[in-house]
Amino acid sequence: MICSVTDNKLSIEKSDPGRRGLWCKNPLRAKAKLPAALKRKAPLRLPELSEFDVVRHYTRLSKLNFSVDTHFYPLGSCTMKYNPRFNEEAAALEGFAALHPLAHDTCAQGTLELIHDLSARLCELCGLDAITLQPAAGAHSEFTGLLLAKAYFEAKGENRTEIVCPDSAHGTNPATASMMGFTTVNLASKPDGRLDVEELKKHIGPKTAVLMLTMPNTLGIFESNIEAIAKAVHDAGALFYMDGANLNALIGMVKPGDFGVDMMHLNFHKTFSTPHGGGGPGAGAIVCGKHLAPFLPVPTVKKQGDRYVSDFGDSRSIGKVKAFFGNTGVLVRAYAYMLAHSAAEFGDIARCAILNANYVRSLLMDLYPSYSKEYCMHECVLTPGPDMTAKGLKTLDVAKGLLDRGFHAPTIYFPTIVHEAIMVEPTETETKETLDEFVAAMRNIHDEGVADPQKLKDAPHTMPVKRLDEVQAARQPNLRW
Amino acid sequence: MYIPHTKKDKEEMLKTIGAPSFEDLVKQVPSKFLWPKFNLPAESLDEAQSAARMAGLAARNCRPLSFLGAGAYERYTPAAVKAITSRTEFLTAYTPYQPEASQGTLQAIYEFQSTVSALYAMDCANASMYDGASSFAEAVRAAVRVTGRKKIVYAAGVNPQYMDTLKTYFAHSPEYSYVKVPMKDGAMDKAALPALLEGAACLAVQTPNFLGLIEDMAGVSDLAKKAGALLVAAADPVSLGILAAPGEYGADFAVGEGQSLGLPLSYGGPYLGLFSCKKEHVRQMPGRICGLTKDKDGRRGFVLTLQAREQHIRRDKAASNICSNEALCALAATVYSALYGPEGLKELAESNAGAAAFAAERLSAIKGCSLKFKGPFFNEFVLTVPGSAAALREKALARGVDVGLPLAPLYPELGETLLVCATETKTEADILKLEAAIKEAL
Repeated sequence: MICSVTDNKLSIEKSDPGRRGLWCKNPLRAKAKLPAALKRKAPLRLPELSEFDVVRHYTRLSKLNFSVDTHFYPLGSCTMKYNPRFNEEAAALEGFAALHPLAHDTCAQGTLELIHDLSARLCELCGLDAITLQPAAGAHSEFTGLLLAKAYFEAKGENRTEIVCPDSAHGTNPATASMMGFTTVNLASKPDGRLDVEELKKHIGPKTAVLMLTMPNTLGIFESNIEAIAKAVHDAGALFYMDGANLNALIGMVKPGDFGVDMMHLNFHKTFSTPHGGGGPGAGAIVCGKHLAPFLPVPTVKKQGDRYVSDFGDSRSIGKVKAFFGNTGVLVRAYAYMLAHSAAEFGDIARCAILNANYVRSLLMDLYPSYSKEYCMHECVLTPGPDMTAKGLKTLDVAKGLLDRGFHAPTIYFPTIVHEAIMVEPTETETKETLDEFVAAMRNIHDEGVADPQKLKDAPHTMPVKRLDEVQAARQPNLRW
Repeated sequence: MYIPHTKKDKEEMLKTIGAPSFEDLVKQVPSKFLWPKFNLPAESLDEAQSAARMAGLAARNCRPLSFLGAGAYERYTPAAVKAITSRTEFLTAYTPYQPEASQGTLQAIYEFQSTVSALYAMDCANASMYDGASSFAEAVRAAVRVTGRKKIVYAAGVNPQYMDTLKTYFAHSPEYSYVKVPMKDGAMDKAALPALLEGAACLAVQTPNFLGLIEDMAGVSDLAKKAGALLVAAADPVSLGILAAPGEYGADFAVGEGQSLGLPLSYGGPYLGLFSCKKEHVRQMPGRICGLTKDKDGRRGFVLTLQAREQHIRRDKAASNICSNEALCALAATVYSALYGPEGLKELAESNAGAAAFAAERLSAIKGCSLKFKGPFFNEFVLTVPGSAAALREKALARGVDVGLPLAPLYPELGETLLVCATETKTEADILKLEAAIKEAL
């Protein structure tokens, strides 16, 4: 499973002056005439390698990774589902991949039609009216959503300065709020993990611009008092933003627009199966009601007769959050995924995501108590049990023990409101057999950990490296060759 | 559909859970909201049907011989780059939260940071941003944080989309002021700088600029320093194979659009934001940063580091809200740079400059056409045309050539002009076709 790591050199350390991988032999090069004063004098310290050197180097590096294709990867809130191969092939079609972002609309009819159809289907799935596909990721979508809110209230002549979110929110929610100059009001969750509606009413008022709420929340629980929440928000004249990071639990089962959501974001690299790429590229969207539509970023795509055109809106638009259209290559993959699902099949995604999470939860909660006493939605939050903590074993040890057993660790220490959180999101694409193996590994970690705590504290034992010195990395940053 | 569950699986699992039915699991959702009707196709497509649909859409995008640039450049993507980025161990992993199981991704990020630092001749770089525009906006934000000033001076040649994005990042707040350095012959009028820079957070420059011209950066950082302002420079990474790098002319922050490093155009994304800076600003960098360290046995290894700047730790005090970045694109750019190496990048840069020079020579000889500016340019230039540039473009498109971007909507003061770009993908024959298409369309 793990390749030998006797070779842990950097590409630059394999460099041999004069060696080459690729050439550019365009004869027009001879026509270049640039003044010497403008030319580079600093040496360009890049590796000098043959193509084979490069391919072997990076192929070896790839083998040091766990990935969805090679390992069960139950990273909570990240929705590490299978990334269909077909989507990759579709995005690589020359007609899509070679299209310049400033191509004339007449040259981009295929892509514009795709964006138009994808937009319409996403609005329908969300039960909302309008959409932008420009954001490059989830956090970028949140940013776009709060810009919409700002523009909306400015147009109404209202000055609202506060964003309310629960303490279980993703860190991106308060980070986005402060990036936009809003003040964040944190609400303590109730013991059952839900938003406290009475607390909300106390903290919401004429200064409140937006309530940002993840649904299901990061504890894997649905806000069952959703109608009261939406009413409180709207009574205060504020907007209700749904963080859609966990939409995989709800897709095809409910329409968030029905709850009174004014806008929400989508993460294509989560719910819509586009690959995570080792940390991106993702793509995001903001889906919203009619009242927010005039403020959406430009361009959007409109249909005029049988032609598709880029629409640059009017002066109410917030402008651009990114150069050009958006992460279109990711949208092509999401559209391919869309074609593969009817509404009922989307519902099956939610159903099986929820089923898988509850299955794991039910088989582990005797050893790893579940934060919530109720059934969970698409993910569950567990913690090491008292017999483990009595031996000084922590969530981090469980995570490293899983690596030794061939499983990627769940999300750990998040949500921060749960002490020693282990957040497991299996996703719908995993089989019962895989979940059984994961459960067996977790139980084995418990048993061996309690019997020989030090061994687990020293884990991992079988990976290319052991636990790494993060303190040294931060104190004396070495960030480049 | 990619769900493996059989009916029997579902039944067994519910039994294990102890729930009589699936509906018991979702009792927390008010039942009135469950299972609404969706106006979506009743049937999904099978893979062959999807393939036909996708191929049909792709074929509806036409593929003229294109001389469009303006911030996104036609590049050849080497086979080895595609081979590495389609390794699913890279493709289907996520942010390296478990470093022991992510050394491949982490080392690749470290090599990416090193590549960007080397290209821009800067001290350090981050693990990537969304695109050139968002890198630019984040660099200006960082300059505002460092200086505590809110006046942003920018050269008129900065990509207008970068400025739009920056203003959006500051939410069009009236607290910030934007002062444009006037243009002289298509480049920044340096004589205007001393007066404009007073009290500024930064001077933001792009070179080659949006109009293709290479800005003369000599002495610019001294002027900025004198005024207590930082220098933010945006540069195309391929141009740095031959042109002076931001670190050489004293930039504090240097950014760029990494799409140039062999990524497909893909109608605007996913692209790759390059972000680098001087050592003293390292803790002002947004986003992920990978650092080299040692494991318990003293073996070399890599981790995400300096995380105290980031949203998942600092929440509302974070340097930025960015979480996912463009890791796979960063890997592609790293492999691309390693394949070409310093000599290859120089060849690429010179081939761009040569192709554009040849195109400029041919097109400016057409009757009624001329180069708008005299200054040195890299791989694109502004061509004055007789009559409407937009009409000319449409006529030439009908002949299968996209002659470039009409600039009037962005720079009305330039008159009827086209921004014409030729990269290393263009041959002499292509440029002669461009010349013929313009002649015919005039």
